[in-house]
Amino acid sequence: MANTETISRGASRRSGRDASRRSGRGSARRPGRSTRSWVPYAYLAPALVLYGLFLLVPLVRATQFSLFEWDGLGASTFVGFENYVAVFQDERLRSAFVHALVLVFFYAILPLCIGLVLAAILTRARVRGMGFFRTIIFLPQVIAMVVVAVTWRQIYAPDGPLNGLLRLVGLDNLTTAWLGDYTWTLPAVGLIGTWVSTGLVTVLLMAGMSRIPKELYEAARLDGAGPVREFFALTLPSIRGEITVALTLTIVAALKTFDLVYVTTGGGPGTSTTVPSYEVYRRAFELGEVGAAAAVGVTLTIIVFAINAVVNRIGDKS
Amino acid sequence: MKRHTRLTSVAIGGVALALTLAACAPGTGQADKPDSQSGEISTDISGVGDVTLTVWDQEVRGGQNEQIEQLNAAFEKKYPNVTIDRVSQAFDDLNTTLRLALTDKDAPDVVQANNGRNTMGAFVAADQLRPLDDYADAYGWFDRYPESILQYSTYSDDASVFGEGDLYGLPQVGEVVGIFYSKSKLEGLGLEVPSDWAAFGEALSAAKAAGEIPVQLGNIEQWPALHVFGPMQADYVAPDDIINLGLGNPGASWETAENEKAAEALQAWANDGYFNDGANGTDYDAAWQALAAGNGVFLIGGSWLAADLADAMGDDLGFFLPQTADGSLATTGGTGLPFTITSAAENTDVAAAYIDFITSDDAMEIIAETGNLPVNRTAELAPDSGVLADVYTVFGDVSTDGSLLPYLDYATPTFGETLGQSLQNLIDGRLAPKDFVKALEADYAEFLESNG
Repeated sequence: MANTETISRGASRRSGRDASRRSGRGSARRPGRSTRSWVPYAYLAPALVLYGLFLLVPLVRATQFSLFEWDGLGASTFVGFENYVAVFQDERLRSAFVHALVLVFFYAILPLCIGLVLAAILTRARVRGMGFFRTIIFLPQVIAMVVVAVTWRQIYAPDGPLNGLLRLVGLDNLTTAWLGDYTWTLPAVGLIGTWVSTGLVTVLLMAGMSRIPKELYEAARLDGAGPVREFFALTLPSIRGEITVALTLTIVAALKTFDLVYVTTGGGPGTSTTVPSYEVYRRAFELGEVGAAAAVGVTLTIIVFAINAVVNRIGDKS
Repeated sequence: MKRHTRLTSVAIGGVALALTLAACAPGTGQADKPDSQSGEISTDISGVGDVTLTVWDQEVRGGQNEQIEQLNAAFEKKYPNVTIDRVSQAFDDLNTTLRLALTDKDAPDVVQANNGRNTMGAFVAADQLRPLDDYADAYGWFDRYPESILQYSTYSDDASVFGEGDLYGLPQVGEVVGIFYSKSKLEGLGLEVPSDWAAFGEALSAAKAAGEIPVQLGNIEQWPALHVFGPMQADYVAPDDIINLGLGNPGASWETAENEKAAEALQAWANDGYFNDGANGTDYDAAWQALAAGNGVFLIGGSWLAADLADAMGDDLGFFLPQTADGSLATTGGTGLPFTITSAAENTDVAAAYIDFITSDDAMEIIAETGNLPVNRTAELAPDSGVLADVYTVFGDVSTDGSLLPYLDYATPTFGETLGQSLQNLIDGRLAPKDFVKALEADYAEFLESNG
């Protein structure tokens, strides 16, 4: 609960909706409020019912399944928390979670660094055709992930464009089967995520930067700040909210990665790119271990919440 | 604000708790299945009235789709009172949805279920499929099919034994794994078609020396290497042992000198550069397309590739199987997915009549005409020339005189993955042959133990 609230608070500050919310709260304090306290809930009801039916009910059901050993076909056996114990004991699963954390770097941290630089350049430089560049940068976010994955699978193929390019510039000994190499496959998959996330992060940060009053920059310049000093002393603190939102979105995307891994590597070579979501799918649909799959899913949900709670706690300290 | 939050969470928690309590344990909400073996059966379905038969198949590729459409139309023509409601989807999609579909109240009547323990075996154990022995006697299926084929659709009642017990399904087509090659490339190297595996090894070495890619392999999906290792294993290990290992039945072991030798041989090929660079990162489709485009001499793969490869290579394409060291023929193969009857099927007589119809001798002709490999009457229906003639010959020889060995991933629910990953590791040199067989034995032994 606390977590979703902080997220929405971060988001609402971005769109400047804080003021309207404050006035809304004030107007609710008129006489007779106690007798009609159900009215707000009536407004919320349609959305709440949908949310409950399609999110809360499945979540509760999945949690319930995770306490059983069930093959999806016959009867089930109650096993308590055994599935969760197995999650922590299974070496393959532990490495899946580690892979997800590596992906967080490629999905969230790296795009944030690139996005900060890009956004700073794009907002400072008054180039013509800004809309065009913004569209280009944002484009990967719009394309369906499966299409992205299929395309990159071609790019990374042993005879694909990437190796072709390397050969063209004489770097033959750097060529490899990018998706079949135990060292390079995870970074290769991660970089696809970087390519996808960077656009979203950049556009978010640009929105934040454009909101900073010009006067502040003038004042900073009068005080003798160069572009770098200006960036760290003024720009960065001002877009803290946007950074939090960007990190939240991209970290969630990184931790729940499924389609990318499913299409590009299927968790291989060996088990070097398997991730928790893929393990959920594999257990539930391929191995018929529905209970164990649900336990992995619930664990992943808790981890996603925990990491984002931390991110938002840090981001909100202002 | 704070109080509200707490109230809301209490409310949500209450709802959640109520739901948890109200919902019963998973898998207990289904109606009891009627005892399917009871009651009279009949092979005459002309008098059953108007019936709709729901069939789930995976015959989606060109020739496959054509044969099933023709046969369905012929069946509806023969029995105007029967309407076939066909639901077809690709192999992977069928496998992932079947589990849910079978437990549904409106389960399909006839489904194509993969032979292995994690599909057909799981369904048999959960009583989702109907044993077909009574219909097999009535229709004479035991005479129609060789025993070596039917064993792959046969399970004991609780599915603990694979290959013995009741019959659960009938396949339409055969499959055999062998070696595709480019005739012109082989001629260019001055080589004959290798008669045994030793000669094949020499051919690979000659091809490598001539600067060709000896064997095309696309193994990013992990399973393609199973089809390379399977036939190679048959050169070292006795067929009975492979069948026990492949069906996940007791009485064999992976940790033998023979299995280790087979793994050594495969790893040696990889070390000697007999495969294309980065085989583990190459698409399965890209590999056979590379052969078709004139890169490489050989490709070890299943008969299902014949049609697509022949489209591109025409008469330049050949298919063969080397003999094992003791002069016999043995390779991975088997059948297409068997058609089974679900326990939920309302009119099993109609379902059985349908399965009988699409696997009849006449049906085999249609299957052959549409470019597929019929599981029965293979020799007499063989085309005169082309790669399909080779494929028919190899399948006929192996299934009648040699040993058609099971796909190794049938063995246990997890074996496809264990073997696929281990093979990638073996090819990459990360796993020594000794550790390779150890990893496989661990999976096999664990399953045997849990299977009692």
